Formats: sequence, C-alpha cells, structure tokens
Amino acid sequence: MNFTAAGREPPAGLIAGLVPSSVFASNGKMPDVPSPAALDGRSSDELLVAIARDRDKDAFGLLFGRMGPRLKAYLLRSGIAPSQADELVQEVMLMVWHRADTFDPARAMASTWIFTIARNKRIDAARRDRRPEFDPEDPALVPDQPAAADRSIEQAEASARLRDAIAKLPAEQADLLRLAYFEDQPHSAIARHKGLPLGTVKSRLRLALERLRRELAGS
Amino acid sequence: MLPVHHPSLELLLDYAAGSTGEAAGLALATHLALCPECREVVAQFESLGGALLEAIEPAAVPSEALDNLLARLDEPVPVPVPVPDRRSPADDATLGPVPQPLRGYIGQDLETIRWKRVMRGVEQADIAVGRGRTGNVRARLLRIGPGVRVPRHTHAGTEMTLVLAGGFSDGDKQYQRGDFSFCDRETDHSPVADDDGECLCLTVIDAPLRLTGPLMRLLNPFIRF
Ligand SMILES: [Zn+2]
Repeated sequence: MNFTAAGREPPAGLIAGLVPSSVFASNGKMPDVPSPAALDGRSSDELLVAIARDRDKDAFGLLFGRMGPRLKAYLLRSGIAPSQADELVQEVMLMVWHRADTFDPARAMASTWIFTIARNKRIDAARRDRRPEFDPEDPALVPDQPAAADRSIEQAEASARLRDAIAKLPAEQADLLRLAYFEDQPHSAIARHKGLPLGTVKSRLRLALERLRRELAGS
Repeated sequence: MLPVHHPSLELLLDYAAGSTGEAAGLALATHLALCPECREVVAQFESLGGALLEAIEPAAVPSEALDNLLARLDEPVPVPVPVPDRRSPADDATLGPVPQPLRGYIGQDLETIRWKRVMRGVEQADIAVGRGRTGNVRARLLRIGPGVRVPRHTHAGTEMTLVLAGGFSDGDKQYQRGDFSFCDRETDHSPVADDDGECLCLTVIDAPLRLTGPLMRLLNPFIRF
C-alpha cells in the first residue's frame, strides 16, 4: 500500500509497513467522516428511534457512518489493537441494532446510550473483570427522589449545554478529562504520563467536573 | 434516610468512564443503589462521555465494514451473557440490607456466609471478585458488634467503606446505611460502631492496614483486615 500516492502522508512516526492496514480504508484513502450533526439533518436520537420503531436499515447505516469511526477511535485510544477494535465496533453497533427499543430519548441522549454500550464492550474485551452495576428493578434500591424529575430538561437542550460547557473548559482541564475517559488509566498513571503531581491531576479534574456540573445545572 | 457521605467526584468519574476495577466498582455501584443523588451524577458523567465520544477525532474503519455489519443484522439475536451469580430476590423479608449488585456476590442470607473472627466483636468475610487488574485489592464484609472500637490504624493504600446496616462514628463524623467513606495514607483512625446494633459494612482495600495503636503494632503481622 502506498500512502503518499493517495495524497496523504502516513501518520508521523509510523512506518508504512508497520501500520496495520485496517486503520485505513482499503482504497488507501482516509474516508471522509461526517460530523455528527451533518448528514441528512436527523439527530442521532431520531435515527435511533427510527431504528427501534421501523427497523430502518438506512437510518442504521447513517448512524454507523457517524458513530462507527468515533467508536473505533475510542477503542483504539483505550489501547485495543486495531483489528480487535474493528470487530468490537461491529459488536457495539449490532447491540445498538438489537437493543434500540430500550433507548428512551426522554431519559438519555443517543450519544450517552452508545457511549455506555461501547464502554462496557471495552471493559469486557480488556479484562476478565466484570463491571458491577446497580439494578433499577431491585426492590432494595432507594428510589429517585421526586425532585429529580422536576429538574429534567429537554435532552436536546442538555446536549447543547454540555457541548458548550466542554468547549469553555480551559485546555488543560479538557485534556485531562479526555484522558480520564479514553485512556482507561488510573489517575496515578495519567499523572506519570503527563509529568504532573497526582494532586494536580486530581484537583484539575475536580475543577473541571465541578464546573461542568454547574453549567449543566443551568446556573 | 438518604446517604450524607458520598464518593468523591473523581471516583464517580472513574466509574462512569469505566476505569475502576471490579472491587471498587462493587462498592461504588452498591452505593449508587442506595443513593439517588450519586446516580444522577454518574448519569451526568455518562452524558459527558457521550459528548466526548461525539467530539473525538474519528479513525477510519475498513470500507467494507458497513456491508459486513448490514449482513449480520438479520442473524439471530445473540443471547445476552447471563450474569452468573445474580439471584433474584425471593421476597422482601429475606432481602435484608443488601442491594444489588452486592447481593449477587454474597447471596441473600447473611447467616450462610462463612464469617471469620478477626478480634472480639469483629468478623469478616471475603468476597470473591474477578482478578483481572484488581491485583491485591480485596473486597470484604465486616460485621462489627454494638459499641466495638476497631483498633487505631492507617492505610498503606486506600480503603473504601460502605455502610449496609447499623452505623459507626469516626471522629466527629457519623456514618449510616448508604454512607461511603474513603481513607488513604493520611487517615489515622479508629472507628466505633454505634451502640444500638450491629454494624455491617462492605470494605474495599488495596493494601493491608497498618495498626498504629501501642499494643496493636505488635499484632500487626497477624491481623489483617
Ligand atoms: Zn452518594
């Protein structure tokens, strides 16, 4: 495969022969990846609802075009090998197809729902550990307080607020946040990797989280 | 009564991001079952993960990926992986103080658990959690008799404690059902169980405790919480 012939330089620091071919589309070009809100104007939430209601394969194709390359990037960053990442993307998207009817647009954003599926797949793939989760149907669960329902805002609005809030974070905080979500590393490893004292990593993360929570609360 | 002592935002973030090991995840998720407030925080952090996922720099997928995927859509639905040891509650009476996911690890009936006596008034039982990257992290149930004081100790690593029944006090803080405490190297403490009943806790520690009281230093090699 000849990367430069396709008009692109190989990624810095990688020698062509060592790059697994699956990182690239088989025609040697990086395919154009549409941004989430581009493409046919339907939000991911709407696509998911169409998938659940109509078993709409076109909607599924669009959702794959939007989320597939992002899911792959997410899995790669957590240290999963490229060939395994491709298979896991397929598994995540298959689960999206089969479980679409459990997506409730009034309770979560599509991106959130897909993130949790991908996160759990990543945990399954990377470790033998299980991820313990509470059971919403458990009679021993302490139920949500009535006040929580009053605070619920439109998911579309929540989504816009969240993007806004992330964009407004200082670069150093946003950077640590991405590491915390994507690299599957404890804070101590992040600190070492960044050459920062652990306390600094923790306090920056905490600042970012407190700030995001304030913004989300709409104060 | 809702919990008043919660895990830190960073711990909840790790749980939402999926980077906590199984033992810590067990303590956090069991707290979530008892704490609507922290459930909401975790839901927020999951939506943060979703927003970051949408904003990530995409990586190219093989051009045949979508066709392969479409060809698999009509395959029979994969049977969901059964959670092996999750028992459904028989009735509220046997449910006791233990919510999911912890109940799935230890069963319903506290009396069938094999308790080991640690010292007068304190019993413990190990909980088997996956070994993956858990390393020397241990999850245990602790059962402390009314008014019993746990010997003064510090921690070589960290200790998470979740109260399931009864309560204890630690310095000027009171812990009741659902309350979560996190101790590290800097904590030197000697919690006391409340007088009015047995205190049942889940603890997750990632290194042995160091006893610091005068006599206890001698016992240190023999006592391991
Ligand atoms: Zn809480």
